[in-house]
Amino acid sequence: MTPLASYLLVAALVFAIGLAGALVRRNAILVLIGIELMLNAANLNFIAFWRYGPHPEALTGMMFAIFSIAVAAAEAAVGLGLVISIYRHAQTTDLDKMNRMKG
Amino acid sequence: MSPVFYLVSAMTVAGALAAVLLKPLVHCALAVTVAFAGLAFLFLSLDAQFAGFAQILVYIGAVAILIVFAILLTKGSELPRDGVFSRSWLAGVVISAAVFAALGWAILRSAWTLPHETAVPAVTVHDIGVALVDRYVLPLEIVALLLTAATIGAVIVAMHEKEGVK
Repeated sequence: MTPLASYLLVAALVFAIGLAGALVRRNAILVLIGIELMLNAANLNFIAFWRYGPHPEALTGMMFAIFSIAVAAAEAAVGLGLVISIYRHAQTTDLDKMNRMKG
Repeated sequence: MSPVFYLVSAMTVAGALAAVLLKPLVHCALAVTVAFAGLAFLFLSLDAQFAGFAQILVYIGAVAILIVFAILLTKGSELPRDGVFSRSWLAGVVISAAVFAALGWAILRSAWTLPHETAVPAVTVHDIGVALVDRYVLPLEIVALLLTAATIGAVIVAMHEKEGVK
């Protein structure tokens, strides 16, 4: 197996684990952790294609990964702020118990 | 592939699995930090030093701390009585297994047509800095605006509600 395929397989595995975490856990913070894992797996793909693809000096994959890290950080800040706000309102972070749109 | 790759991949996958499966939330936060560190090492093994160190700074330095803060502020360290997994956990496991099967099938089928450049890219942090203020200056400014807006928005969303105002 080529090195690129090995890295892509690891990224696919981390993505699937993150997706499972976002889908099966009840706690909203764990769902955010799963989303972060999925974003990281995508970053690994960008970096792996940048390393083994032609023209690495154009820096496209690298730049996409760097911007993606910055956007993921902003997403984590807003997401955890929302979780804290909902917790203060409903006294729970259990997503199965948050089943009404009315406040 | 070198043994280092297998070791770091095993550490990343084990950290991610532990983060999803462990019951106490604080343990999950620690496990996901291990997974982030493993991904940073994978970046470094791909000769992407800047992205690797940015990953360590942003994820281990900031996001992990933020997750721990959120867990402690929401009393998430207490175990819920009715289990940590959702009622529809079986569907979630099946969907993610199907996604992994599809991705793995696509990768293995195309493994021999993927590009394979052996030369180590001669890219320094200097080149990345020049590219950021030259070709990628507009995305850089937009990300700066996004980070400012997201930080202010997070503070406003999480700010304490006034008494009697909903």
